[in-house]
Amino acid sequence: MADQKTKEVLLNPLFNENPITLQVLGICSALAVTTRLDKTLAMCVAVVFVVAFSNAIVSAIRHQIPTSIRIIVQMTVIASLVIFVDQILAAFWFEVSKEMSVFVGLIITNCIVMGRAEAFAMKHDPQASFLDGIGNGLGYCLILLIVGFLRELFGSGKLFGIDVMRPVTEGGWYVPNGLMLLPPSAFFIIGLTIWAIRTWRPEQVGRS
Amino acid sequence: MGFEHYLSLFIKSIFIENLALSFFLGMCTFLAVSKDVKTALGLGLAVVVIQTITVPANNLLLNYLLKPGALSWIGQGEADLTFLGLISYIGVIAAMVQILEMALDRYFPPLYNALGIFLPLITVNCAILGGTLFMVERDYNFPESCVFGFGSGVGWAMAIAALAGVREKMKYSDVPDGLKGLGITFITVGLMALAFMSFTGIKL
Repeated sequence: MADQKTKEVLLNPLFNENPITLQVLGICSALAVTTRLDKTLAMCVAVVFVVAFSNAIVSAIRHQIPTSIRIIVQMTVIASLVIFVDQILAAFWFEVSKEMSVFVGLIITNCIVMGRAEAFAMKHDPQASFLDGIGNGLGYCLILLIVGFLRELFGSGKLFGIDVMRPVTEGGWYVPNGLMLLPPSAFFIIGLTIWAIRTWRPEQVGRS
Repeated sequence: MGFEHYLSLFIKSIFIENLALSFFLGMCTFLAVSKDVKTALGLGLAVVVIQTITVPANNLLLNYLLKPGALSWIGQGEADLTFLGLISYIGVIAAMVQILEMALDRYFPPLYNALGIFLPLITVNCAILGGTLFMVERDYNFPESCVFGFGSGVGWAMAIAALAGVREKMKYSDVPDGLKGLGITFITVGLMALAFMSFTGIKL
């Protein structure tokens, strides 16, 4: 029975309650990093880490937090974790961190982190909260990776910077679709993904 | 660095580098609170005010407390506190929102009632923190950060008001079932962003 529940907490956010397509959380800092898969992956890892640990920490101290200042307390926990991630990125993957510029810092205001801390971690024990954080982080990654995959593949004919479809400019056959690298394409792809998910799971329609 | 420099920075931060439509900042509120024009305008106004206060405030914080060598006025010239940046900016933003909320409640109750729930929500609006982080990254000085804060706030407010206008009209259109609500909103925003792309390449 306990195993069943663990599985549910972990897997529900992937399709049934995806943070991006159903809960409309965390779109803010996400879209700009999806032009290339390596940046997308770095963002994903950072977000999963921050959500999981902020959930666990907030849940561990939930009985000590006075309700009136809980937002500030959650903010402080999240901001410290993000500073940690930011420093690690800058130290070991300087190129990636340079390209992601302000968007690492913006994980602080990523509504997924706040939203899960407020909605789940304040009411559950640390272990369940940790899993919920991982689940929601992964649900977010899933959409981000879909978008990143499509944008890099069609925008520059590459995946992880390796040629898949050789572009015309380098003597190949593929004419890169420049629109895919521009901001609007991310909106179109997410809009269409939502359409696909809701056609597959009609019960999600109109609950936004 | 005359008047023209500030004017072009202002225009640039509203149109060419629109926070909402070319950097995707503040998307959560952007999508959630754009169902009718009136609330959208209220929220937009709140963002303009907070943005105009916090960006210059964080600029002062950066220059007099956090930068390497910024603490030389108390004889700690070699201290480098930039790693505390994120946590102090968000603290300043949260505090400013709280102060503004209390001030409005005391002196302008009609405006306070109109903004209602949106004021506290602004703390977690990425457009605000994003504005500050861009200011840090681009190394704006104090007057520049005032102009940038105001301009980027106006740009965001304009974008949300425009989206709300479009969504009000969309009630009358026949949207496929799976696309209703969130899906079509994303596509609309995509089209708006496409329109705003036409401003890129303008050199000021």
